[in-house]
Amino acid sequence: MNPFTTLDGLVAPLDRANVDTDAIIPKQYLKSIKRSGFGPTLFDEWRYLDVGQPGQDHSKRPLNPDFVLNQPRFQGASILLVRENFGCGSSREHAPWAIEDFGFRAILGTTFADIFFNNCFKNGLLPIRLPQAELEQLFLQCAGTPGYRLRIDLESQTVIRPDGHVIRFDVEAFRKYCLLNGFDDIGLTLRQADKIREFEARRRIEQPWLFA
Amino acid sequence: MAQTLYDKLWSGHVVHTEDDGTTLLYIDRHLVHEVTSPQAYEGLRLAGRKPWRTGSIVATADHNVPTDGSDLAVADPTSRAQVETLDDNIRTYGALAYFPYRDKRQGIVHVIGPENGVTLPGMTVVCGDSHTSTHGAFACLAQGIGTSEVEHVLATQCLLQKKSKSMLVRVEGELGRGVSAKDIALYVIGQIGTAGGTGYAIEFGGSAIRALSMEGRMTLCNMAIEAGARAGMVAVDQTTIDYLRGRPFAPRDEQWDRAVEYWRTLKSDESAQHDRVVDIDARRITPQVTWGTSPEMVTDICGQVPAPEDFADPVQREGVARALQYMGLTPRTPIDQIRIDKVFIGSCTNSRIEDLRAAAKVVQGRQIADNVKLAMVVPGSGLVRAQAEAEGLDKVFKAAGFEWREPGCSMCLGMNADRLEPGERCASTSNRNFEGRQGAGGRTHLVSPQMAAAAAIAGRFADVRDVV
Repeated sequence: MNPFTTLDGLVAPLDRANVDTDAIIPKQYLKSIKRSGFGPTLFDEWRYLDVGQPGQDHSKRPLNPDFVLNQPRFQGASILLVRENFGCGSSREHAPWAIEDFGFRAILGTTFADIFFNNCFKNGLLPIRLPQAELEQLFLQCAGTPGYRLRIDLESQTVIRPDGHVIRFDVEAFRKYCLLNGFDDIGLTLRQADKIREFEARRRIEQPWLFA
Repeated sequence: MAQTLYDKLWSGHVVHTEDDGTTLLYIDRHLVHEVTSPQAYEGLRLAGRKPWRTGSIVATADHNVPTDGSDLAVADPTSRAQVETLDDNIRTYGALAYFPYRDKRQGIVHVIGPENGVTLPGMTVVCGDSHTSTHGAFACLAQGIGTSEVEHVLATQCLLQKKSKSMLVRVEGELGRGVSAKDIALYVIGQIGTAGGTGYAIEFGGSAIRALSMEGRMTLCNMAIEAGARAGMVAVDQTTIDYLRGRPFAPRDEQWDRAVEYWRTLKSDESAQHDRVVDIDARRITPQVTWGTSPEMVTDICGQVPAPEDFADPVQREGVARALQYMGLTPRTPIDQIRIDKVFIGSCTNSRIEDLRAAAKVVQGRQIADNVKLAMVVPGSGLVRAQAEAEGLDKVFKAAGFEWREPGCSMCLGMNADRLEPGERCASTSNRNFEGRQGAGGRTHLVSPQMAAAAAIAGRFADVRDVV
């Protein structure tokens, strides 16, 4: 996993609530047995005018000019502004894979669905929960400022606007530590292997039917 | 101190806790299917690791498999590659049980777990699938996880997690005629919203829940995730124990007695405190129908399609306008005037024997309407299918014009060939009415099996209470 420390990036707004993971990456692309290559089909049904299929050359497909990420001013964006309950629905990790592969490294919203939120951290993608009023300001500034950028500093847990306004955000200490260092949490967990074995041995005695 | 059911399940599985509360939670049962596992096994292989305890793993192929019975092999090459990759991974690493494509016990992972007794009270259950919450019906802590977490559980038998808050949804009173667990689920989501349960584990309690069969409780817990909660659960009672007795992987003899004694403790203590309590009067619940592109966009069969201006919040208003446009619906249209093109009875929400019996009762002796292009019943598993055939339900459905299919996830998410065409409208017993969920441009209305059956006969949504 790539570490996440600081990010100075172009911002793109996705101004709709309850964006589900089916919208983030539709079912047909879930047939891949790889973790990479999902960027071209991110938001597929909104982004293209046709129905895409896995394996096709997506660069040749007709783009929907009305979809925000197709607008020239948002090309190269690495920070996505979203509305409440982003990432709801299916647990498919293909959703953060697609978002990350497209080029985003941070998502700023008010609330995220639990499984999606969790999946982001496993992929070097930072979802940030902000107060509604702060997010509203970001949407307004982004709409009114071509080339709108934000700076995100994970160490100090801050989002810094171009006008110098600083927004602090919360992140769980353990997730922050893993993200700052790009740690594989399986490796960290396996440091507790003795404790897991001990727990398991006790469980085998107390509830043997679980180990039949 | 008095504990909630969630407290008990959580504290019984804690292996280690970090300073910030991040916990290593031991996982008893790991359910695996073909779509979210290949990258996890690949990760394991690349890191030179092995599964920690293959005896915890139960696997099946469900998302991609054809249901029309014509294929000996899966025809779509990409789908086939996933199914074969699962075959390979299970062959290489092993599992407690594997129900591959065309096995007589194959089926939807959330149907086969309970029916084989591999889901037992007090377990932690995970699967790379959000509807894992289904298994909470057995007083399990059952949660959907992402593929990285699938790999983590394979490698360490643990999940890294912080404890959620606890919500009690208490449904008291008797359900009306023609009202089912699906209607409770949709009604609750309509009340608290699709993000209402975010950050919570939901326990469903109250007399209406205790009166539900295990199938009904599974339907309800299945849709906890549609309310935003990763886990839904119901306390153990005699109904739970009676369901489990004699299941192939349930304990036997002396171990059964010991297990039952423990299982009976799996309920919230009398004075336990939940972080939030939602009280619902069962008598207020009527047959529900969704009209939009989120499960919270729901009303009942006597209702009508709302208008964007009914909503004060601008983001919500715009969401409703977009949903109505996508759904091709005009504000104020009575729900029972909405005509449908297809009917899907199936999915991990509503494909169990009780669901099929309820739908068959409505269909019995009737014919699907002329405007219904396709009505299909997709049993949740080979065992459900066989049971239904033994009861003659397949004949009832076929006589009415339904197609009787092989088990799988099918048109709930359309990863196989079963899907809606653009603009087609479907009465579906599945769990998600998201844009494109059942096929690009498809329009999904979520209903109970009885209501789907009534819609098939009427060719539009109809009040099942007028039929049965």
